[in-house]
Amino acid sequence: MITRKSQNLINSILMYGFLSIGAILSLFPFIWMLISSTNRAVDITAGRLLPGLEFFNNLKNLLNDTNIIRAFFNTTKITLIATIFTLLISSLGAYGFEKYSSKNREIIYKFFLLSMMVPFAALMIPLFTMIVKMGLIDNYWGIILPLLAPAFIVFFFRQNFKSIPSEIIEAARIDGAGEFTIFFRIVFPAMKSSFSAAAIIVFMTHWNNFLWPLIVLQSDKTKTLTLVISSLSSAYFIDYGVLMLGIIIATLPVIIIFLTMQKQFVEGMLGSSK
Amino acid sequence: MLNSRNKYDKYAWQFIIVSLIIFIIFMVFPAINSFYLSLHSTRGIVKTFTGLGNFKRMLSDRMFIQALKNTFIFLIVQVPIMLTLAMLLATCLNSKKLKYKSFYRTAIFLPCVTSLVACSVLFKMMFSNEGLMNSLLIGINMIKEPIVWLSHPFWARVVIIITLLWRWTGYNMIFFLAGLQNISPSLYEAAEIDGATKLEQFFYITVPQLKPIILFTTVMSTIGTLQLFDEPMNLTTTNGVPLTETMTISQYIYLNSFVYSPNFGYAASISYAVVAIIALLAIVQFKVAGDKYDN
Repeated sequence: MITRKSQNLINSILMYGFLSIGAILSLFPFIWMLISSTNRAVDITAGRLLPGLEFFNNLKNLLNDTNIIRAFFNTTKITLIATIFTLLISSLGAYGFEKYSSKNREIIYKFFLLSMMVPFAALMIPLFTMIVKMGLIDNYWGIILPLLAPAFIVFFFRQNFKSIPSEIIEAARIDGAGEFTIFFRIVFPAMKSSFSAAAIIVFMTHWNNFLWPLIVLQSDKTKTLTLVISSLSSAYFIDYGVLMLGIIIATLPVIIIFLTMQKQFVEGMLGSSK
Repeated sequence: MLNSRNKYDKYAWQFIIVSLIIFIIFMVFPAINSFYLSLHSTRGIVKTFTGLGNFKRMLSDRMFIQALKNTFIFLIVQVPIMLTLAMLLATCLNSKKLKYKSFYRTAIFLPCVTSLVACSVLFKMMFSNEGLMNSLLIGINMIKEPIVWLSHPFWARVVIIITLLWRWTGYNMIFFLAGLQNISPSLYEAAEIDGATKLEQFFYITVPQLKPIILFTTVMSTIGTLQLFDEPMNLTTTNGVPLTETMTISQYIYLNSFVYSPNFGYAASISYAVVAIIALLAIVQFKVAGDKYDN
C-alpha cells in the first residue's frame, strides 16, 4: 500500500517537474526578448537579465533604421486578405468533397493530399516565372493567390465536417433551403471552432511567411515584417536592442490573437482528429 | 433518384470549383512545368534538353550531397527527439489529476506562434559569440573560452536542432493531445485493475493507440524537415553564404535559382529529387505503421 502511494507521489513529481521544465524552456526566450528590448546591445550580449531604461532609445533607433511601421501594415494587409479568402475557398471546397461523395472527386481529393508532399521549393521557380508574367512581382496578390487553397487546410476542414450529421442537412433541404444557404446558415455557425482553428493556422502561415515574400517582394516599399527582421539580423552591424524590439513587434500580434482565440483553437484542433 | 443525384453533383462542383482552379493553376501546372524544366539545362532564357543529365550531375555534385547529408542529419536526430518529447508532454497534460493544465499547455504551445525568422534570429542572438549562452556558460565555469556556436560545424547543427525543438515540439504536442482524448478511459481503468504501472500503461496502451497520430506527425515532420529553409538561412548564413555543414536542400535550390548564376533547370531537378525522397520516406513510414492507418 505504501509503495503504491509513494509510487504515485514519484509519478506526480516527475510529471510536474517535466511539464515545468518544458514550460520554463518554452517561455524563457519570450521573457528574454521582452527584457532585452529595454536594454542596450552591450548589456544584452553580456547576459543582463534585468529590465533597463533603453526601451524608447531602441524604439527611436528602430524607427530610424527601418520602415517597420510600413512593414507592419504590409504584413497585416496580406495576412487579413489571405486569411479571409483562404478560409472561404478551402472550407467550401472541403464541404464539396465531404458532403457529396463521388468517385471522380475522391480522385481529385487524393491529388490534393498528395500535393502536401511536394516541397514548395519544387514549385518555386515555375511559380516565380508565372507571377512575373502576370505582372504580380512586388504585388500582394502575387503572394496571396498561389496560397489560397492549401491542401492541409482543405484536409483539416474535411476532417471537421465529418462530424456534421447528414440528417441536419437533409432536414434543411426539406425545408427548402438551398445548398449554399445550408453551408452559410447551418454549417458555418455550427463549426465556429474549426473555422477559428483554421483561421489561426492560416493567419500564422501568412504572418510568418518568409521564402515566398523574399522572392516576390523586391522593393523596400512592399517588404513584410519577416523580411525586415531578416535583413536587420544579417546587417554588418547588428544592434541587439533594436532587433529584439523588431521581433516583439512581429510576434506580439500573433500571440494576442492566439491567446484570445485559444479556447476555440484547441477545440477545433481536437475535433480534427476524430 | 438519379436525377436528384445529378442535381447535387452540380452543387458539389460549385463548392469545389474555386479551390480546384487555384490548385490546377498554382500547384498542378507548376509541378508539371518544374518537371519539364528538370529535363533541361538553362542559362538565362536559353534552354537545352539534357534528359537525365541534371540528375547525373547531381550524383557528382559535392554541394548537393553535402546538403542532402545535412538535411538527413536534422531529420534523423531532431524528429525522433521532438516527437518523443511531444508525446510525453501530451501524456502528462492529459492526466486527470493535473492542475494548471491550461497554463502548461499554453506555455508549451506558445513558441509555435513565433515566425521561423523571428525565432531563428532570437536564437542567433542567444548563441552569438559574445551572447547570452556563452556568458552564462562562462559564468558557471562550464567553459573557459566562448564557443563559436554558429560557425562551428558541429555546434551550428546543434543550435539549429535546439531551435527546431523549441519551435515545433508544442505544435506536435497538440496533435498527440487530440489523439489521447480519443482513447477510451476504460482501457486505463482495466490496466489499473490488472496492476499495470504508469510506464507499462504508456507503452502498452498509449503508444499503440496513438499509432495513427505518430504516423501523421512523422510524415508531416519529415516533409517539413526536407523543406527546411528559414532556420539555416537566418541562423547560419552570413551575407548570403550558408555554412556548408548546415546548408539544406531547399537552401541549395534557392542558391541555384536566385543567387548563383541561375540555373532553373538544375534547381528544378534537385527539387524533384526531394519529391522522390519524400514520397519514398512516406511509403516506408506507412508500411512500417502497417494497416492501422486508414484515414
